[in-house]
Amino acid sequence: MRSTERRTTRTTRTLVGVLAGLSLVAAACGNDDSSEDTVGTDAPASTEASAAPNAPAATDAPGATDAAADEADMADVPERVVSLSPTHTEIMFAIGAGDQLVAVDEFSNYPPEALELPNDLSGFEPNIEAIAGFEPDVVLIGGDFSGVGEQLAAIDIASWDGPAAATVDDTYAQITQLGELTGHVDEADALVASMQEDLEALIASTPVPAEALSIYHELDPTYFSADSTTFIGEIYALFGLRNIADEAEGSGGAFPQLNAEFIVSTNPDMIFLADTKCCGETVVTVSARDGWGDITAVQNGAVIEMDDDIASRWGPRVVDYAAAVAAAVTTAAG
Amino acid sequence: MTTADQFVSETRRVRTDAQWYASAGTFLLVAVLVGASIGPAGPDWWRVPLEFVNRLPLVSIDTGVSDVEWNIVWQIRMPRVLLGGLVGGMLSIAGASYQGVFRNPLVDPYLLGAAAGAGLGATFALTVGRSATATWAVDPVPTIAFIASLLTVMITYLVGGTVGGSRSGVTLVLAGVAVVSFATALQTFLLQRNLDVVREVFQWILGRLSGATWDDVRLVAPYVAVSCVVLMLHRRHLDVFRVGDDEAATLGVSVARTRLVIVVAATLGTAAVVSVSGLIGFVGLVVPHIIRLIAGSGYRRLLPLSLMGGAGFLILADVPGRMLTNPAETPIGVVTAFIGAPFFIYLLRTRRVSV
Repeated sequence: MRSTERRTTRTTRTLVGVLAGLSLVAAACGNDDSSEDTVGTDAPASTEASAAPNAPAATDAPGATDAAADEADMADVPERVVSLSPTHTEIMFAIGAGDQLVAVDEFSNYPPEALELPNDLSGFEPNIEAIAGFEPDVVLIGGDFSGVGEQLAAIDIASWDGPAAATVDDTYAQITQLGELTGHVDEADALVASMQEDLEALIASTPVPAEALSIYHELDPTYFSADSTTFIGEIYALFGLRNIADEAEGSGGAFPQLNAEFIVSTNPDMIFLADTKCCGETVVTVSARDGWGDITAVQNGAVIEMDDDIASRWGPRVVDYAAAVAAAVTTAAG
Repeated sequence: MTTADQFVSETRRVRTDAQWYASAGTFLLVAVLVGASIGPAGPDWWRVPLEFVNRLPLVSIDTGVSDVEWNIVWQIRMPRVLLGGLVGGMLSIAGASYQGVFRNPLVDPYLLGAAAGAGLGATFALTVGRSATATWAVDPVPTIAFIASLLTVMITYLVGGTVGGSRSGVTLVLAGVAVVSFATALQTFLLQRNLDVVREVFQWILGRLSGATWDDVRLVAPYVAVSCVVLMLHRRHLDVFRVGDDEAATLGVSVARTRLVIVVAATLGTAAVVSVSGLIGFVGLVVPHIIRLIAGSGYRRLLPLSLMGGAGFLILADVPGRMLTNPAETPIGVVTAFIGAPFFIYLLRTRRVSV
């Protein structure tokens, strides 16, 4: 289900959501100039119109928004932030805004400081009353599928929606926006710069074999995978790897369930397991599967156990994930 | 009717039966061969039957099938085909038996809660039970699903017995409705509390043969065998049930006891296949009706034909399951319902099927 949501997000909601979020931010800050600047940077004009239907909560409900805006004006930066997304929680801490968080969602388990905050809230089926109980200045949403933003606006609570990123650039954009929203512009810029540097350094230092290495990214033991159009798939593409899930293009969406015969016959050079935490898959369990013993990745010890959490989020730790991929590629290519 | 007439009609009937069984057996064999030959990877389809012959003792044919290709056919595709056969055959014979025992054409093997119980058990294993079962030697999901499935049907039976004093078909069906709703409500609640596993549970509910292994086949086969043998031994009783409970009793059938034996046997097999392959819809409902239309509604013949026909049906339905969106999978439950639902509507519109 989560994958479906991410797919929907990618195709239709990313820019719309970001823009809708921005207009909320703009309303909260009462600063039209900054909002126009940000919108102007990376959004084509055509999407601005489509953002409108998502934004009425912020702009059309006069009483509500004015109140929220006045309050935000007085406070300047939000002091009480609720995060409903583990990714946004990670970003908040990474840009030094962690102490503005008053509550996080149930899956926010990183960094360890996040676990010390109240973490009973659900990001999938948010309970508006429970959120309101924390008296937040702003609520961070990781993809608003059920109209949470509107419901919050109705009770004078501002929100910001940063749906699942489709590319690393989307992540940079969300980090920048959260920096502006929380008053940590410099730290956010520094984080983006260091992530860009680290990724470039990793790519530069990783060998690219003459024939591209093929990879299989496993989301769960029923062989759901992610193709190169996904956020995590982009990381593999950055290293010039050939993703076997791309061959299912047009048949299974961006997260196809692959056929076992296909995986074995495609004979991937590397297998990345993003189902170690959820489902307990390991090098041992994969090697023991019927008929999998002859796969090059299994033969060469190129089955790599990854961290599911990082693989399913789009936060700053994507650099750690890329480093693990780079190390594995270096081994496999050498 | 003279003895000679009786003899003639007997021999005619026996011959027809043999022909029916031979036809169904051929259908099943063809289905297995087609299922084993067609897949997204592996050798050309026509090489597979040759290679099967080649693998027989004392036979040697140069089929051009490499070890890697044979590995794909034998280790990955074959368990899937056989599991499909076991699941399809079991659901069909269980469906036919349930329809007979409750004298209701709309009944499927999930009626008394076998599927809802298994779904609840699987959800439990994937959510709150996950840490507790992490160290189990056996895979906890099918194990807990199997136990929960049997428990749920048992509860239905007990509840059905306390309503109105007797376990008539109707009170059992109504008890089933209540227990299924209750189990589904619990499952929804558990799922809602653990939305991170919603895709896994959803996958499970849709039903699948895609991850089939030889272990799955070995796990399910004994239950299916026991269940089918018991049902086959009682198929003549099902014909007696057709006339009604009271009439069956006057004909010397212990109605309550026979119904219990048939329900227990059908449930045991259903619970086993559901716990491994999830909820595959329409096979248990539609296949017995197809057989009735083709070969008549006598249970003596219906049960073995449903077993073979259902096995062949699901094996064949799984071929589009793996080929339609190749190399991605289409859930088997989608394929069976896609074929089954329109056919069922057609049946309802055009025929009055006697059960």
